[in-house]
Amino acid sequence: MEHRDDIGAKLGMWIFIFTEILLFGGLFLVYAIMRNRYSVEFHQCAHHLNAFIGTVNTIALLVSSASVAMSITAVQKGDKKTAVILLFVTLLCAAVFMVNKYFEWGHKFSIGLYPGSQLMLTLNHGSIMFFSLYFFMTGLHMFHLIVGGIILTIVAIKVQRGAVNAGSYVLLENGGLYWHLVDLIWIFLFPLLYLIT
Amino acid sequence: MQTESVHITPYRTYAWVLIALMTLTLITVTVTWINLSALTVAIALIIATVKAYIVLTYFMHLKFESSLFRVFVAMVLMIYVLVILFTLSDYLLR
Repeated sequence: MEHRDDIGAKLGMWIFIFTEILLFGGLFLVYAIMRNRYSVEFHQCAHHLNAFIGTVNTIALLVSSASVAMSITAVQKGDKKTAVILLFVTLLCAAVFMVNKYFEWGHKFSIGLYPGSQLMLTLNHGSIMFFSLYFFMTGLHMFHLIVGGIILTIVAIKVQRGAVNAGSYVLLENGGLYWHLVDLIWIFLFPLLYLIT
Repeated sequence: MQTESVHITPYRTYAWVLIALMTLTLITVTVTWINLSALTVAIALIIATVKAYIVLTYFMHLKFESSLFRVFVAMVLMIYVLVILFTLSDYLLR
């Protein structure tokens, strides 16, 4: 019989999540101090972000998180088909998020607003800080979203092939934990960047 | 081996959790329309914390894991709160 330690595997995943919390935690701390120092500029710059797109993306991520969680239930019940469909819904929501982000960032790039651009250099220091933090934090978050999407695609294939099944599904659980982390970070990014006007 | 008593969360629970999270999101968005100045950020952060708690408890399954996981998460969050407090106290009282 193969040796498995699911509790250990999950604990390892959690320890990795802790390092992520400290990574983003540091950035939130920078945000807090810069917002305190440049509150007027942060206030004005947040008007340039589209709160509607932000809200749509928040809802897309919440739905995607719920469907990953539900896919674990489906696998536990041995319902392979539903599990794969639910994972597909998650990836679809991730795609919606990415497309929205593409248009959001694309618009800013088209008006010359991106890190290191001539326009950025003409702005005051507070605005540079806001947009730098905006691009870096949402960019790092997007990177996590892409990685999570790749992980969940692999897991979905394994569910389809039966390698992840009702008797052994810790890979799906850990992939899910990673995905919820992406959701968790966005829960704080969204109000702090989009809703502080 | 999976533990003997595997907890299967019903779909219904996740659906309710999703509805709760969406409601909280809509509340946050609505609150920013009403201008409460300094309170807006505080309310947004409180709602975000409640949402994070719900995600950790239900989606990330902490409610049904062994208490070891909950203790670990609580410890890490406490360390992070300490980091915030020490940094801000240094910055604001300098």
